[in-house]
Amino acid sequence: MTKTAVTFRLNGAETAIFVDGGQNLLDVLRRGVGDLSPKYGCGQGGCGGCSVLVDGTLRLACITLAESVDGASVETAAGLADGPRLHPLQKAFMEGFAAQCGYCTPGMLMAARALLDANPDPAREEVVEAISGNLCRCTGYEPIIDAILAAAADLRGGAAR
Amino acid sequence: MTTFEMRKEYFADERPEDLKEIGRPTIRQDILGHVTGRSRFYDDHLFDGLLHMRCVRSPHHHARVRAIDASAAEAMPGVRRIVRSGDVPKNLNTLLSLLGFGRDDEPLITPETVGYRGEPVLAVIAETEAAARAAVRAVRVDWDVLPHVLDVEAALAPDAPIVNSEYPNNSFDYHDRYDHQKLRFGDVDRAFQGAERIVEGRYRMSPIEQAPMETCGAIAVPESNDRFTCHTSTQALFFSLATTAKLLDLPSAKLHFIGGTVGGGFGGKVDSVVEPMSVLGAQLTGRPVKFMWDREEEMQVGAPRGAEMWDIRDGLDRDGRIIARRFTGYFDAGAYTRLSSYAVVKAVGHLPGPYTIPNVAANVYCVFTNRTPATAMRGFGITGVDFAIECQMDRAAEAAGLDPVAFRILNAYRDGDMKAHRRLAKNTALIECCQVAAEKAGWPLDGTALSQSSLSGGGGARASVPETATDGEGRIGERRRRALPAEPLAGSGPRGRLPEGTIRGSDVAAAPPQRMDMGPGSGPDLESFVVPPLPAAPSPATGPVPHQPPIAPSTAASSPAAPATPTAPATPATPAAGDSMLAARLRRSRFLAGTRRR
Amino acid sequence: MITVETFDTLAAASSAMAGAGSGNRAGAGGSCYMGGGTLVMRAVNYGDGDFSRILRSRDPALLRIEPDGGGVFIGAGATMAAIAGHRETAFLAEAATAVGGPAIRNMATLGGNLFAPPPYGDLSTALLALDARVRTADGQETPMESFFARRRMTGPLVAGVTVPRPEPGVLRFRKVTRVRPKGVSVMAIAVRLPFRSGRLAGVRIAFGAMGPTPVRAKSAESALEGGGLEDARIARAAETLAHDLAPADDALASAWYRQAVAPVHLARLLRSAREG
Repeated sequence: MTKTAVTFRLNGAETAIFVDGGQNLLDVLRRGVGDLSPKYGCGQGGCGGCSVLVDGTLRLACITLAESVDGASVETAAGLADGPRLHPLQKAFMEGFAAQCGYCTPGMLMAARALLDANPDPAREEVVEAISGNLCRCTGYEPIIDAILAAAADLRGGAAR
Repeated sequence: MTTFEMRKEYFADERPEDLKEIGRPTIRQDILGHVTGRSRFYDDHLFDGLLHMRCVRSPHHHARVRAIDASAAEAMPGVRRIVRSGDVPKNLNTLLSLLGFGRDDEPLITPETVGYRGEPVLAVIAETEAAARAAVRAVRVDWDVLPHVLDVEAALAPDAPIVNSEYPNNSFDYHDRYDHQKLRFGDVDRAFQGAERIVEGRYRMSPIEQAPMETCGAIAVPESNDRFTCHTSTQALFFSLATTAKLLDLPSAKLHFIGGTVGGGFGGKVDSVVEPMSVLGAQLTGRPVKFMWDREEEMQVGAPRGAEMWDIRDGLDRDGRIIARRFTGYFDAGAYTRLSSYAVVKAVGHLPGPYTIPNVAANVYCVFTNRTPATAMRGFGITGVDFAIECQMDRAAEAAGLDPVAFRILNAYRDGDMKAHRRLAKNTALIECCQVAAEKAGWPLDGTALSQSSLSGGGGARASVPETATDGEGRIGERRRRALPAEPLAGSGPRGRLPEGTIRGSDVAAAPPQRMDMGPGSGPDLESFVVPPLPAAPSPATGPVPHQPPIAPSTAASSPAAPATPTAPATPATPAAGDSMLAARLRRSRFLAGTRRR
Repeated sequence: MITVETFDTLAAASSAMAGAGSGNRAGAGGSCYMGGGTLVMRAVNYGDGDFSRILRSRDPALLRIEPDGGGVFIGAGATMAAIAGHRETAFLAEAATAVGGPAIRNMATLGGNLFAPPPYGDLSTALLALDARVRTADGQETPMESFFARRRMTGPLVAGVTVPRPEPGVLRFRKVTRVRPKGVSVMAIAVRLPFRSGRLAGVRIAFGAMGPTPVRAKSAESALEGGGLEDARIARAAETLAHDLAPADDALASAWYRQAVAPVHLARLLRSAREG
C-alpha cells in the first residue's frame, strides 16, 4: 500500500509520520503518534468526540483526511495544560462537574477552546451553539455550559494560565 | 425473609454522615484524567501487531443461511483469519445462565438461522480495519429468507413464525410451566363487578438505544503465560469474564479482564458479546485483536431498552379509590432472551405501582420477535410500566372527576400497607412527594389532600392479604394448541407446529417421559442437546423479589385462605417430577421440530 | 484500498476525473472528488463508498466569494462558515448556519452540499429558491434545477455557483429538525417572495430532504403567483404540496410524516413572511 509522508506540529511539537491512503486524522493521531485524547464516537462527524484544532480552526479528526494536515498545526486536548498547570477550561470542568464518563470531554474542551479563542465573552446561547456539534450522554449539558462560561470569566479576569 | 440493612458502622471512618452532596458540584476522583484526555478507556491501549475483527451480518430480520462463500475474502490482502460458527467452542449461551435463569438460546456466531437484522454469521480478522471491512463486503451469503414478526401481539398469535427455536411459543417460559409471569392478589374479577367505574388504557413504549458515546468494544491480547488479557468497555466486568469463559470453554483463570473506565453505558454494555469475540480472535491468531462496533453497529445490533406494551384495567369505587387493577404486559425481548426475562420479573414485582389496591392481577409476557435483542437500560423493567401506570392514573382521575394529584394521594400506599407482592410497605413517601411537587409547581391542593401523611392511615385492614383467586391459565404451549388440533408428537411437523401441543394442562404432572423417535438426518444425538435442568424456582439472586412464593399461583393456592376459582383448578403445588418431565419433553420437542440452530 | 491524488488547479483535477471516465461522485472509474470530506471521509471510514480513488484540489479560486454581475459567485470550496461569515453572502447566512455544528461548518463546502444526499443539502435548497446557476470547470453554467435533475451523471467538476442577490427580506428559510440547536433536517424550506406592486411575482418554493435532491414545489408556487399571502391562498398553496414532493423514510421521519407536516410548515413560514 502506498504511504504518504505527512509532517505537522502536534501541540507545538514537530511530528512526521507515514499515512495510508484515505486514513483519517483521528486514526493517525491515536495509533500513529499515540495522542489518545481525541476519541472515536461515530466515524461520521456526528458526535464531536474527535474535535481538534487545525491551524486554530475546529475540525473533526475522524472525517479529516490525514494528509490534508501536512504542514499544519494540530492541537488536541492533550496539549491544553501547560505541564501541571491546567487550562482554565480544564479547571472549570473539574470544579463544575462538567464530565461524568469523560469520553466526550476532550472534544468538548476543544470546541470550547475554539469558541473562547474567537469570543472571550460569549453569551450563554453562543456557548450552546459552539458545542452544538458535540454530544454528551451523561451530564445533560448544563454543567458543561456553566463551566465554559466560568472559564471565560476566569480568562477575562486574567487568571494564571 | 431477609431484609437489607445499612450497616453504616462498617464505614464510619470512611464516610461522613452529613452527605450533603445533592445540589452542589463535587470533584470526581477520576476527573483529572478526563479533562486532560489521559483517562484510559479500553481503546486507549496501543499494541504492536493489533488485528481488527469485523462481522458479516444478516441483512434480513429472519433467514436461514444456505451457504457462505468466504473464499474471496480469505484471499484478500491483510486478511488473517475467517472465523466461523464452528470456531466457537460452546456456541450457545443465555446471559442469565450464570444465575441459573433461562435456557441457552443465543449463539455468539450464528450457524444457521438468524432471528434479527444484524445478527452475525461469520467474522473476519485482518491487519487493518479497512481490510477487515473490505473482506466482510467480499463474503457471499446465500440466504433463505423466512417470514418474520416484529410485533408482540402478532408474535403471540398461534400461527406466528417461530423466532427462537429454544422458545417455540415465542414467549419465555416462567417457572417451567407458564408462558407469562403472574401476579395474583385478591380477586380482581369479583371487584370489577362491584366497581362504580371501569377505566381502561393501552400504553406502548418504543425501544430506546442507550447510545453511549463510546461504542461497545474489546481488545484481547495473548499473554506469554497462556492467558488472555481483555481490555473492555463492559459495565459488568466479571459477568463478561464468566460469559467469555463459558462460550470459549476456558477456565476463568485464563482470563484477565481490565475495565472500569467506561465511555457511557446506561445498561447497554452488559451483554458480553464483544469480549468473547475478541478473545476468540486472539486465541485463533495468537495476536492482539480488537473487536469494536462502529456507530452503525451500536445502533443496529447494540441491544436497546426493549419495547413494551401494557393494557391496564382499573375498577374505581364511588369515592375514587382504585379497588381493582389488572395488567396485561408485553415485553419485546427481540430475538433472544438477554435480560428481558428478568426485566419482566422486576416489572411484576413492582406492580401495581406505589398505590394500595386490594385486588391486583397481572399476566406479563416476555415475547420473542425478530427485532434486535433487548437488554438493560436504566431501571429497565420499571421505567416503562411506571410510565404506563402514571398515564393510567391521570386517565382514571379524569374519569372519576378528581384532581390528578389528589387522586394519587387518595390511592397512595402508606406505611404498614400490604403490597401486592406480600411485603409490608415501609418508608413510603408518595403522599409527601405529591404534596411537595404540587407546592413547587403552584398546583392547588385541597385541605384533605394536604393533611394526608404516609405515616398514618396505613396498616390495619390494609395490612392483610386478601382472599386470592388463582388460575392455571397460560401454560406453556397452550396458545399454539388452541390453533392446532391435537396431533401425535412427530419430528416431521411443519414449522410452527408444536409437539407439546398434545400436552393437556391436567396431565402435566402425570405425563410419562416419552422417547422421541428421530427421523433420519435430524442431527447429532439427543443427549448433546440436553441443557442442565432448571431449578424449581429461579434463583433469588436474580432480583429483589423472590419469584415463586409471592407471585406464582402454586404458592398462593397453598396459602390457607385462597380458594381456587371454579373454572380453573389450581395447579398442584410444585409438581417437581412432572415439571422436569415437561422440561425434558420441551427440550426434545424443540429439537424434533427441526428448527434448532446447529 | 484508497489512493488520493491532489491537484493544484481545478482544471487539472477535472481532466483527471474526466480521464477516469466518471463524474463528480463515483462512476465506472471508481473516482470521487473530495471537498471538505464530511461525506466522502465518512464513506471511506465505513468502507461503503463506491470509489477507490479520491481526487482533491488546492486551487485557491475554489475558495472565492465575490460579486459577479448582479449577483455573487461562490467557489465550490467555500465552507459553510465562510459563506455564513462573508458580507457578500449575508443573505445565505441563515441557511449556511443551519448546517451541522461549528466543526462541520468549518469543513463542509458548497460543492459537497450540492451533491449531498437527503436529509442533507440545506444550503442547496436556498440556492434553488434563488435561481442560482452551477458553474463547472469548463466555464458552462447550468440552472440548479437541471443540475439536480442529472447530478449523478458524468460531467466536469463544479467550480462554484452564481447567485442572483435577492432584495432584502425576500428570501425566507426554515429548517425543521427534531433536535435543537443542531439537528438534521426533517425538511428544509426556502421561499422567495418578491412583491411587484402588491402582487407576488416570481415566487419560488424549494424543499430539501423531501426527495432525492432539493426540489421546487411548483404547484404551490403557482397557487401564490400573482396574488398576496392571504390565508386562503396560503392554504391552497399548502394543499398542493403532495404533487411535487417525494420524500423517503429515514431514521428521523417517515415519508408519510414528512408529507403530512410539510403543508403545516410551509403555511407557518408563509404566514411569518406576511407578518414580517
